[in-house]
Amino acid sequence: MSETPKRTPLYDLHVELGGKMVDFAGWEMPVQYPMGIMGEHNQCRSKAALFDVSHMGQVILRGENAAGKLEALVPSALTALPEGKARYTFFTNESGGIMDDLIVSNAGDHLFVVVNASMRHQDIPHMAANLDGVEVTEIFDRALVAVQGPKAEDVVGALCPAVRDLKFMETILGDILGVECRISRLGYTGEDGFEISIPQDNAVEICRAFLAHEDCEPAGLGARDSLRLEAGLCLYGNDIDNDTSPIEASLLWAIQKRRREEGGFPGAARIQRDIAEGTARKLVGIKPEGRSPARHGVEVQSLDGTAIGIVTSGGFGPTVGAPVAMGYVKTGHDKPDEKVNLLIRGKAHPATIVALPFVKQNYKR
Amino acid sequence: MTTYYSEDHEWIKVDGDIATIGITAHAAEQLGEIVFIEQKETDDEFAKGDEIGVIESVKAASEIFAPVDGAVVEANALLVDTPSALNENPESDAWIYKVKLSDASQLAELMDIDAYNALIG
Repeated sequence: MSETPKRTPLYDLHVELGGKMVDFAGWEMPVQYPMGIMGEHNQCRSKAALFDVSHMGQVILRGENAAGKLEALVPSALTALPEGKARYTFFTNESGGIMDDLIVSNAGDHLFVVVNASMRHQDIPHMAANLDGVEVTEIFDRALVAVQGPKAEDVVGALCPAVRDLKFMETILGDILGVECRISRLGYTGEDGFEISIPQDNAVEICRAFLAHEDCEPAGLGARDSLRLEAGLCLYGNDIDNDTSPIEASLLWAIQKRRREEGGFPGAARIQRDIAEGTARKLVGIKPEGRSPARHGVEVQSLDGTAIGIVTSGGFGPTVGAPVAMGYVKTGHDKPDEKVNLLIRGKAHPATIVALPFVKQNYKR
Repeated sequence: MTTYYSEDHEWIKVDGDIATIGITAHAAEQLGEIVFIEQKETDDEFAKGDEIGVIESVKAASEIFAPVDGAVVEANALLVDTPSALNENPESDAWIYKVKLSDASQLAELMDIDAYNALIG
């Protein structure tokens, strides 16, 4: 990015809290605070952590049958999504690859959509060009924050008791300090928690109120990455991209039965074929046996030294207490307990294929 | 004993022809929480500028480059099980190598503490 990085409504608060600011997808974001990545990670697993995710794209889709029209771009079922429910899905391309992943919420008179920061520039025009008769409005005047962790319900519930009744993937408009916010019970850490869309002028005040709770501390992008990796959640651009099909990425669960049968989304032929016939490679969890982390791009080999795949995300998992990774391996080598080698700095390091996630997801179903 | 510093943020403490090498507190802070170190083995020889190890933090992997020519006399075993010692005591207990110098004249190319402090500002 050559442009000056953009700042979220919470920039000054990050600096005040000692956040170490880095450029991420064109945004100046905190990678960590003085607590450190491991401390912030553990804070989120044991209590609650506050993340600024305002760099993500918030979009409103308004128009008759917007859900039905959006189904032409994504393989998930949206027309029967009840009001107050959110669903994970992805834009597919004509060859059945993934253009971006997103969350779609039925907000009653409109759909509320959240897309990745790095893909806003693609997704908004994509929707505007292909959703005939649907008004596509990118929201620039609201912050988006995530409160995540087993104590998230207490932190947010202290200010908005109504959230205690929400279940995983449910969304409401709630009052926080007299301000109407969209509160959704979901996240990207594997923990229970909420994502909250807040008018930008109220974002600092509301975040300070969350942080005033004894169990809530700020956390940065570093912890967000290790949390989502342990939870087995894909990062767009690393684990899924234009060349990976949802079936290779083990995302079949996000394609509901009616859509599998009917198709009617970009790349349906390839995706239906992948469902019927299987794929040549699969996204799996990979657990290095030693202490050396295997990072993005590391080659996966079978024990006889043949290349069978590649690590797409990897690092140290603070909750696991050891390195963790995910990546693609050839079908046939994708079953749990398969022994493989990871070629790290030219040396083979033993590892085992494991089922994802590394850390059990802790959602309030 | 004299302590020298490299531009790669290593300290080199010299006692006769044996030097103890580690990373500076400044380097440890920049790296963040260290979770793993890959070290060379006893008797491995290296030249100045060679990669002689890798430090993995929660953020990224960073190479360790040899500040002088030499051979490994001892790699600090403490770091194998306790890599976090590199964050806690990088300039004392968490030394990385003891090495035998093969060309002591190279030390003159390194910095003293004042020059190093000026470098890191």
